[in-house]
Amino acid sequence: MQPKSDLPQGTLDLLILKVVALGPVHGYAIAQRLEQVSRHVVQVPQGSLYPALHRLENRGLLTADWKETETGREAKFYRLTGKGRTQLEAEAASWERLTEAVALILKLSEGGAK
Amino acid sequence: MNWWQRLLRRNKMEEQLEKEMRFHLEQHASELIACGVSPAEARRRARMALGGPEQVKEECRDARGTRWVEDFWQDLRYATRMLRQRPGFAAVAILTLALGVGASTVMFTVVNGVLLRPLPYPQPDRLVAVHGHTETWNAKLYGEQNVAYPDFLDYKRESRSLTLAGSIFNDGTVSGSGDPEHVEFQEISSNLFSVLGVNLAQGRVFLPEDDRSGAAPVAILGYTFWQRHFSGRADALGASVTLDGKLYTVVGITPAGFRLRDTEPDLLTPLGQDTAKFLQSRGPHPVGVVARLKSGATLAQAQEELSLIGRHLAEQFKDTNADRSFKAEQLRPQVGNVGSTLWLLLGAVGLVLLIACTNVASLLLARAVSRERELAVRGALGAGRGRLVRQCLTESALLGLFGGALGVGLAALGFQPFVAFWPGTLPRAEEVQLDWRVLLFALSVSLASGILFGLAPALRAPAGELEQVLRASGRSVVGSSRRLHSTFVISELALAVVLLVAAGMLGRTLLHLTSLDPGLNIRNVLVSRMALSPGVLADTGRIRAAWQDVLERARRVPGVQSVAIVDTFPMREGNNTLGYWPTAVVPPEKERPLTLATSVSPEYFNVMGIPLRQGRFFGEQDRMGGEPVVVIDEVLAQQAFGGGQNALGKRLWVPDMGYGPFVVVGVVGHVRHWGLAADDQAQIRAQFYYPFAQLPDKYLRRWSELMSIAVRTEIAPLSEVESLRRELPGAAGDQVLYEVRTMEQLAGDSLALQRFLLLLFGIFAGLALVLACIGIYGVLAYLTGQRVPEIGIRIALGARPGSVVWLVLRQSLGMILIGVGFGTAAALAAGRVLHRLVEGMQPIEVSTFVLTIPVLVVAALFASFLPARRASRVDPVIALRQD
Repeated sequence: MQPKSDLPQGTLDLLILKVVALGPVHGYAIAQRLEQVSRHVVQVPQGSLYPALHRLENRGLLTADWKETETGREAKFYRLTGKGRTQLEAEAASWERLTEAVALILKLSEGGAK
Repeated sequence: MNWWQRLLRRNKMEEQLEKEMRFHLEQHASELIACGVSPAEARRRARMALGGPEQVKEECRDARGTRWVEDFWQDLRYATRMLRQRPGFAAVAILTLALGVGASTVMFTVVNGVLLRPLPYPQPDRLVAVHGHTETWNAKLYGEQNVAYPDFLDYKRESRSLTLAGSIFNDGTVSGSGDPEHVEFQEISSNLFSVLGVNLAQGRVFLPEDDRSGAAPVAILGYTFWQRHFSGRADALGASVTLDGKLYTVVGITPAGFRLRDTEPDLLTPLGQDTAKFLQSRGPHPVGVVARLKSGATLAQAQEELSLIGRHLAEQFKDTNADRSFKAEQLRPQVGNVGSTLWLLLGAVGLVLLIACTNVASLLLARAVSRERELAVRGALGAGRGRLVRQCLTESALLGLFGGALGVGLAALGFQPFVAFWPGTLPRAEEVQLDWRVLLFALSVSLASGILFGLAPALRAPAGELEQVLRASGRSVVGSSRRLHSTFVISELALAVVLLVAAGMLGRTLLHLTSLDPGLNIRNVLVSRMALSPGVLADTGRIRAAWQDVLERARRVPGVQSVAIVDTFPMREGNNTLGYWPTAVVPPEKERPLTLATSVSPEYFNVMGIPLRQGRFFGEQDRMGGEPVVVIDEVLAQQAFGGGQNALGKRLWVPDMGYGPFVVVGVVGHVRHWGLAADDQAQIRAQFYYPFAQLPDKYLRRWSELMSIAVRTEIAPLSEVESLRRELPGAAGDQVLYEVRTMEQLAGDSLALQRFLLLLFGIFAGLALVLACIGIYGVLAYLTGQRVPEIGIRIALGARPGSVVWLVLRQSLGMILIGVGFGTAAALAAGRVLHRLVEGMQPIEVSTFVLTIPVLVVAALFASFLPARRASRVDPVIALRQD
């Protein structure tokens, strides 16, 4: 198994917002989803997941209520607020611009070597 | 959930956090179990993956953003507990701060009321004062120039940016039922109240049709006058009041506390009804003008407009308005020169506060050192340095707040007596009260002193090397702490020196001033303003007869030695300054030297006990029609003729008198007219006296309104007042004596400010001395306490008690000498400030230092002797076993 790299600074919030945008979901499920989706490439530290969730909730990007899961247990389900959706779109767009730019620079340097 | 809810529902938040974590762990574990992991192993792995639930919870708590409040609350409870544990320390610190904060809050309350609070009218920043200005006018000497009535009317009509209102001061006699009473009233334009934005308590303001000559006489009563004469009854409206023999119908009553041009008028009458000649001319300028900017207009626009109208008037009325311009200024309260005294006192009180704070700081420092281990333990358990500093600061801020609260309490009790003790009347005294500014001041001062002076001790919170601190016995005094302690003691002593020397200077000054010769015999002289019956004022013959009658009747009163009338009398009770010249070729007004002119009846010199140097006093022969004569003082004789010998028979030309020249018939001693303190530095000291009997008819009425009588008595002067009143009722029984004083009172009053300052500085210096001694005692006791093992060893090795005492005293003597050195330098600077601000102040002299500084040194040495003696009695066996 390849060693997993750390999550780039500030992207955890973006990933959480994206996962929550798919529908109300509790903390454990978010952790699972992130791990599955990232295919074990990046390390999502479970320890920093909850502080991040609470921070986003306090900033009004997420809202939460207690509901029963399929197994009949009570869990805290997070949902995206309007503000959260705007934030997600903005951050996703800027992330795309950044990666495009980085990719472009990487190609350039190869071309320059020729 | 918003910030507040998160803060207030802390328990619920905690519960939910716990539940969320548990759910996560159990969910993870149950999935692992489903994959065949044993339950115990599954729980362990779930925990590992999450990474320590307590740590995660702690981070979630930080994410709430309410953390600092919770910490603060915790610190606060801890601080309260600490203070309660050491009640002695807390009490000393809080009392010290309370004294400092209380004293400065009292001073600030007064400064705030007198100097900072805006005028008590709505939108005071839109109010404007309009002054006249001519090249020759000395505004410093006479105050700002007012405006001629016709000029005022022109401006009022022409101005587009200002609504102008005017008022003039006047005084008169109210007679009728009861004793006649002298009153001060103001004549106002009808729109005055609307310009100021003040509503009457009852009745109506003057109407434009009241404000013209020939209209029915109406008056508005001042609130206090209404209370005094009508006991606040509503039937005063419509009643009539006799003022100077004329009946006025009362139409309104001012609200309580209403003040116009910084006085409360007894009555107000319409300015336009006054037919006096000086109101018809553009020459005299009696009208005080206040204006309100019309909406949208600015002060600069108003000024431009005034200048424009002024130029038109100058062209139109060349002989009166040629060089006269007009200026508009923001209306400000007139408080005279009280400001400098108040700032001086605030500064002095600030020094006391600094000493108090330094004291508390050194107490806190001593405690911080002894708590070093406690803080180190906290550090070792994971508290950050910032967190420790914050905890220490919370404690000192709490001390500051307690001290401040107590201080505000003291100030609330203290400011009224302070205002009452103020020499003379404090301008705007009615504005001196606790308001939000004062509370804000007290709060910031106490918080600042708590935090600022807690900072040095707090910053001692251990940064690194916890291990060393923990291992050390906790008794070694680190060098930096000793230096800091010495710095505190040195600054306290230096500040105390400043206050002591200042008090010493004031004391010397007062001694010097009281020993001065006022130039007259102030014992047994009664002076009183006098208003003749309004009825006689119309006719000059009757005026002269009335004064003659007053002199004759007063002389007959038993116990009266001699009587005179006079327009202005010494100790700055009024002055009339005129330009003079010793030859007939008189230069223009600006180049003439100035002298004080006093109109007197012949007996005046005997009444006042002014010594004759050359020639003669006035006699009955100096009458109307005779050659105009003057008696001059030594100063004028020296200035004009080079000495008394040459002066007799010489002439003086005084163009503003309108007659003359005057023959000098006598030379008398100089009188300290400007008061004992101020006369030596006064700009105009030369004096001449002229006979009231020779005053031309055209001035007679105006002068009669100014005259006072002066009586030399054989018995206590004030006991003569009633018999004089009985003997001088006037033709119609409405002649009034008012403002009755003795010359002794007036001479005393002329030093009242100096005496008041000496009292306050004496109190401040005493406080400073006591605080500094407590400070030096505390620090030495602490430092010596830290050295007990060392001293024990010294004694064990054979040191005698005397040398141990010397060991401690040497330490304190060093601090005392450095403190006195710095203090002396600062006191020299402070002395110069005092010299500039206080009239008659004596310069600093070595003797002042020689007298005051030993007091401090002895007191400080005494304070250090107690810990020194205790050190010398240390039992070496106990000291060495202590650890």
